[in-house]
Amino acid sequence: MNLLETINLKKYFGDTRAVDNVNLSIAEREFVSLVGPNGAGKTSLVNVISALLPSDSGKILFKGDDITQASVTERVKAGIARSFQIVNLFDDLTAFDNVTLAIFSRQGKTTNLVALAHLDDAVSAEADAVLHNFNLADKRNERARDLSQGERKLLDVALAYALRPKLLFLDEPTSGVSTRDKGQIMDTIASVVRGEGITAVIVEHDMDVVFKYSDRIVVMQQGAILAQGTPDEIRKNEQVAMVLLGTSGPDAFTRKD
Amino acid sequence: MQDKSARTGPSTRLIVACAIPILILLLAMPRFLDVYQIQLFTYGLIYAIAALGFNLLLGYTGLLSFGHSAYFGLGAYSAAFLVKYFGVGSIEIYILVGLFITGLISAAFGYVCVRHTRIFFGILTLALSQVLWTLAYKFFWVTGGTDGLRVAFANLTLLGGLIDFKGRNAYQSFVQSYYYYVLLLFCVCTILMWVIVHSPFGKALQAIRDNETRAQFLGIPIRRYRWIAFLLSGSFTGLAGILWVPLNGLVTPDILYWPFSGEIVFMTVLGGFRTFTGPIIGAIVFNYLKVYAVASTAYWQFMLGAVLVVLVLALPTGIVGTLSRQFAKFRKRG
Amino acid sequence: MDILVIQILNSIFYACILFLIAAGLSLIYGVMRIVNLAHGSLYALGAYVTAWAIGTLAAGAPLWVLFLLLPLGAIVVAAAGALIEPTLLRPLYRRPEEYQLLITFALLLILEDVMHFLFGGVPLTAGAVIDSMGTMRIMNLRYPVYNLVVITIGIASAVFLWAVIYRTRFGVILRATSQNMRMASALGLNVKWVYVQAFALGCFMAGLGGAVVVPAQAAVLGMGVEALILAFVVVVIGGLGSLEGALIGALIVSFVRTAGIQFFPEIELAVLYLIAALVLLIKPTGLFGRA
Repeated sequence: MNLLETINLKKYFGDTRAVDNVNLSIAEREFVSLVGPNGAGKTSLVNVISALLPSDSGKILFKGDDITQASVTERVKAGIARSFQIVNLFDDLTAFDNVTLAIFSRQGKTTNLVALAHLDDAVSAEADAVLHNFNLADKRNERARDLSQGERKLLDVALAYALRPKLLFLDEPTSGVSTRDKGQIMDTIASVVRGEGITAVIVEHDMDVVFKYSDRIVVMQQGAILAQGTPDEIRKNEQVAMVLLGTSGPDAFTRKD
Repeated sequence: MQDKSARTGPSTRLIVACAIPILILLLAMPRFLDVYQIQLFTYGLIYAIAALGFNLLLGYTGLLSFGHSAYFGLGAYSAAFLVKYFGVGSIEIYILVGLFITGLISAAFGYVCVRHTRIFFGILTLALSQVLWTLAYKFFWVTGGTDGLRVAFANLTLLGGLIDFKGRNAYQSFVQSYYYYVLLLFCVCTILMWVIVHSPFGKALQAIRDNETRAQFLGIPIRRYRWIAFLLSGSFTGLAGILWVPLNGLVTPDILYWPFSGEIVFMTVLGGFRTFTGPIIGAIVFNYLKVYAVASTAYWQFMLGAVLVVLVLALPTGIVGTLSRQFAKFRKRG
Repeated sequence: MDILVIQILNSIFYACILFLIAAGLSLIYGVMRIVNLAHGSLYALGAYVTAWAIGTLAAGAPLWVLFLLLPLGAIVVAAAGALIEPTLLRPLYRRPEEYQLLITFALLLILEDVMHFLFGGVPLTAGAVIDSMGTMRIMNLRYPVYNLVVITIGIASAVFLWAVIYRTRFGVILRATSQNMRMASALGLNVKWVYVQAFALGCFMAGLGGAVVVPAQAAVLGMGVEALILAFVVVVIGGLGSLEGALIGALIVSFVRTAGIQFFPEIELAVLYLIAALVLLIKPTGLFGRA
């Protein structure tokens, strides 16, 4: 059984078909990249699956259960988490507090009115471990708004990760970050994700990153899936090259001109 | 290995270090003050409890209520009804029944209000409090109308009947004993509120305040938590109302009228709504300001409004916020 | 039957007043995303200024003078708005919303006492206007002509506003700024100036509401807050930011209020709040509001 399946999923904004009859399957432990030109519907698809946007029609199955009508919090509790393209943090809280919040929520401890948060050693230890995994340990006591862009993007992912999801959606985790830092950030994310066997779907524009880390690539165009396959298959796909690069030929993706 | 003080934050140590001498001062105060001053300060403590409750919503959950007079008034009227219709004198019963009623109404009002964005939230809280005011005003055969209802200290008992106020120097002994009683409850409320805002629930509230979307995507149920905060907030303010009425001796619909809600907002902003102690300091300072200002001018609302403008434009962090910033700058230099 | 017609006319009369207030509130919110808690107090100010001008200043003057003075309240309030926006509101645009609410609340407190100071605690009327215009026969009863004039003014204002917003260049600018302030600024529009104008226009509507109501209903302290709450019920039902919503909402609220006063006089306010709460539960953005 696939971890996630969408069946004829549709989301239109008037005449614009953001998600047009999408049938996507994600198997457990896969690392899938969702690519496509701007406006292809990648972020809209993620938004619909994560319940930021309601779908117009179609179904979403998660672990075999129909979650199409489930709310955001219900999907989070079921095991779906996401990061955001435009960084979405609790800016006035420290990096540490950001992560502990995710852990408290996951453990259902946020209804605790009469316990002191900072005295929960288990949660504090776990938060420190997460920060360490994402190379943010030394920024522990800094406010999220004071971190660098790259650190904020990592923290955004760390928050989603701290929910220990079954399925993690990452929306352009390296966008807005300098090229030098991109590689580091993706390495960190990939090692954490792969290391724990988390199923990940990542929306990404940088094809170098995509080819390097993905098990499978799904190419979208105008709301629909154009092609999908392993990096090798996609690399050789002329139609995809045309759509993504505007050019084709045997080594369209590797030519450096 | 993290330094424990970095986790608890320097403010905790500071608070504990300051709290003890302050507590001693508060306990000793009645020896040095006359009856009028003691009574005045007691009002300050009562307003502090109200503001503490109010700020759970504003400072920690990001919801600005313009209708908190409703809960204060409900508490006061509950006690007054117990006196008028049941002849009850025990303050503990006032508190139990009053908290129950206030809690019930806050839960109901809160259910309606927290479904909405800030603007509508504010107006809904205002409108609902004015419904209560209208009822208190119009159903005068029940509520005493503008004449109000009396709650005489002569019939009041504290600690389940152990302490009463009959006999010689009754008024003086009442003011003194009542001060200690209110002080005790004030300490309980302060500690309770401190624990709540530092609990995982309190952190979740702040998350909702700072970034509702992300909080949702962490699995935090926004509406439910806001509702719980509303319930708690109304209850604290309701307790303040219950404690207020024996001291004031009388409750009238004025306590439900919107300007009083405005005063609660004002005292919290005065003290600083982004800090824990701000509302407490603001309430106590406001209490003195009001007494001396009302004595000198009929245009008290204008003064409130003008000071509020200055606060919002120039001192948005209030007294406590501004002072701690100055203190931090001072420490950096030294 | 006659009474019914009178009640209907009264409801429409009151709906026009509510429309003026609510339309101003909605306009300001639509363009600037500000909710002015002092909006009701500005309505009250318009009422007081007009009542004072007609009832005190020009008492005994011929009708046409009084009529000319009628819009004075609206003009004074618009001028006040033009002063208020740059001094009190502009510094807070970048700050969290609570501060805007707090400062408009402070303005409410200030205005209430200013009116108390300037005009005293006694109700002011401009009854001369309504008396001079006499009554006309509707079925078997007599009805004040003035009320019908107000209804005309109300309809004219709705049309006028609609025309301004949808048929003039200024209206295009207003709508552009309301939809995308940054873009409008980047395109060279002077957003600051647009905001002042929009705010002044919204205040003018509120002041006009006060000015036209005061011949029929005395200006009293506390009318501002009452009007504020009613105006909010109107925009809750009709949808904040919508002109049609203000119109429909005003009609609904006015008719319900008239019916409420007739059948449930004790709790007619409560009935209105209940309706508002119900609307908020079912369709939070109101009938015509944007999501």
